[in-house]
Amino acid sequence: MATENKSGSMAVAFDEMNIPGGDLRPAYQELARWLKETPPEALEYRRQEAELLFRRIGITFAVYGDAEATERLIPFDVIPRIMSGSEWALLEKGLKQRVRALNMFLRDIYHGREVLRAEIVPDDLIFQNPVFRPEMNGQQVPHDVYVHIAGIDIVRIDANDFIVLEDNARTPSGVSYMLENREIMMRLFPDLFARHRVAPVERYPDELLSALRSVAPQGASGEPTVALLTPGVYNSAYYEHSFLADKLGIELVEGRDLIVKNNEVFMRTTEGVKRVDVIYRRVDDDFLDPLTFRPDSVLGVPGLMSAYAAGNITLANAVGTGIADDKAIYSYMPDIVKFYLGEEPILKNVPTWRCREPKDLAYVLDNLGELVVKEVHGSGGYGMLIGPAATKATIEAFREKLKREPEGFIAQPTLALSTCPTCTASGLAPRHVDLRPFVLTGSKTTTIVPGGLTRVALKEGSLVVNSSQGGGTKDTWILDE
Amino acid sequence: MLSRTAENLYWLARYVERAEYLARTIDATLRVTALPAAYIGKTNEWDSALLTAGVAASFYQKYEEANEHNVVDYLSFSTDNPSSIRNCIEAARLNSRSVRTALTSEMWDTINSAWIELQEVWSKGTSTREDLAKFLRFVQETSLRFDGSAYRTMLRNDAYWFSRLGLHLERADNTARILDVKYHVLLPEEEHVGGPLDFYQWSSILRSVSALTAYHWVYRETLKPWLVADLLILNGTLPRSLASCYDNLVRNLDQIGVAYGRQGPAQRHARGIRNRLEHSNMNDIFQHGVHEFIQEFIADNSRLGEIITKQYLI
Repeated sequence: MATENKSGSMAVAFDEMNIPGGDLRPAYQELARWLKETPPEALEYRRQEAELLFRRIGITFAVYGDAEATERLIPFDVIPRIMSGSEWALLEKGLKQRVRALNMFLRDIYHGREVLRAEIVPDDLIFQNPVFRPEMNGQQVPHDVYVHIAGIDIVRIDANDFIVLEDNARTPSGVSYMLENREIMMRLFPDLFARHRVAPVERYPDELLSALRSVAPQGASGEPTVALLTPGVYNSAYYEHSFLADKLGIELVEGRDLIVKNNEVFMRTTEGVKRVDVIYRRVDDDFLDPLTFRPDSVLGVPGLMSAYAAGNITLANAVGTGIADDKAIYSYMPDIVKFYLGEEPILKNVPTWRCREPKDLAYVLDNLGELVVKEVHGSGGYGMLIGPAATKATIEAFREKLKREPEGFIAQPTLALSTCPTCTASGLAPRHVDLRPFVLTGSKTTTIVPGGLTRVALKEGSLVVNSSQGGGTKDTWILDE
Repeated sequence: MLSRTAENLYWLARYVERAEYLARTIDATLRVTALPAAYIGKTNEWDSALLTAGVAASFYQKYEEANEHNVVDYLSFSTDNPSSIRNCIEAARLNSRSVRTALTSEMWDTINSAWIELQEVWSKGTSTREDLAKFLRFVQETSLRFDGSAYRTMLRNDAYWFSRLGLHLERADNTARILDVKYHVLLPEEEHVGGPLDFYQWSSILRSVSALTAYHWVYRETLKPWLVADLLILNGTLPRSLASCYDNLVRNLDQIGVAYGRQGPAQRHARGIRNRLEHSNMNDIFQHGVHEFIQEFIADNSRLGEIITKQYLI
């Protein structure tokens, strides 16, 4: 399957269903048969039904800076993305390894800093990084777990080539879509499920709750109280927060519902205050505690950080994890994995040029037209240059930005993300996809439910899968073989 | 449960109840104003509608005249009027989103679907009487569905009781406000200034609290003003009467008290009002002055709201 991009160069993308020459990959054979039997109108009808369901359930997200549509649906594509059990097994092993290394790296950065002494990662990348939290230096976090919930963005470029595009170790979102997409697919296509053996994902809330309970501080009771801290109903991921709180059976709290007394955290209830042991927080570090971080934050809880320092509350994820998923650190991840685990990394990195290094910068400036350049601190696909798809003027403007502040950028080759069949206005067509599996780390175990969130770039040839920029989602099936 | 959750549930129920009440008021007013002038006398029924909704002052800051067009717009669609039907529905949806975890999916679906459906009405308005009638019916049905799904699907715990408190407090307030505005047509015959024309006023009052049929079942009589007052104030079998609202408020507050193992000022205050209603009869109330009685009730009722807020919701 060839994808033509605007500059006219051809990138050959791996198609997950079709083998060049006309054969089908085994995981997709039953789906292909089913598609042949199903008239396009029936598919379109189901698509509309799915949209209606999403709207009625209220599975919406907010787009910031978009006054007209404060609540939008993420387009849902009804064609599932399918992976075989053996493909998943490889991926799972790689993900666990990666997250183990992330946790060890964080523990080290905020304690002994062996990784810096061994000169695996340069000092200034840590200490001059705004997401490094000096408040966490030497602080013990319960059970030494920093990243309880990780969302690792994976792209596939070949049959056995899974590559990590990005680690999300702060407050990764999207898991509600993994769960709701499955629910809706099972409602709409029961017979398609009957023809496959799809590994279930519905265990996720249970596993999340046990992971969160397992990391409660030592002083907590046998039945630790867990709460989910949300910035509130105007946050773009609010639906997910309320969805998860509901599935976990825990209180959905806002900053104003919590108070800190004698370095202990309580929530205000109709029966007086009640002690909280673990906070699954979906509020960024900066807004957590106005006494420690941004004083203007009204989303946080004054005194939360001192309760944290006193060891009376577990925050999941821990404060300061941003230093591990920073794009500048990303390029060192293969070395970080080797350093802590003494193993070869199972999942590869995208080759990355660090613009802070003069040799790399020179190369990047010479090849802007072919590269993807990302802001080190950007997210959500904003502030990034996709060379092959950009106009001359955009490239030149970016060149100036790069020269002014090279340390703020990294560059990567344009990857030919794999494609999956997707419903489009002109019938089924291949569209580029990525995958975000969710890795849970408790005090003793690391678990991953088989699947994740598949995001799909709905525009032909587009490589941008972010929901804020026209991406959609698919249900992700791992076949139980 | 979280105080904020209880507060949201309480207000959610109030907003839905208020939206329904406004829809009923507009409906009843449309009926009465459709009669030839000779039947309703000189009162401006649209002005009364504003008064019973408690928004007359803010209305006249924006409009000169209380006519059908202005009042319907202000009570139904205006974004300037904090308690227009539109703002009630918007607030109900926002509250529902904040407490989704405490709602059953049926309750959420009712509010969210209504909100989605009404987006079109907000943008287009209602150009014909038929459209307007349809809209008013839809609002009433939404409230019935919401109430019904709460009744049929919620666990009987504090979440349910707080939402019921909101419902009954709002309902008592609404019934009392109609009585407050219309008390002069409910005086006993000998003190009465109007005359037979008031028949339509009485039936209009009953209609706005959905009690016209109930009246006939309870009294098996033609419409008599003091019986209308009796039904709305003292009759414990009519769900929108003050007595019935207070039976419910006392019961729900007791249930909360038992569950939490603690009684408080809210329980005492509610019981005080209920006892007064229980020991009153219409004769005494007329002696004492209907108007004074009602005004005292409205003040007492809103004080209960403040006490509940202080005791549980903040």
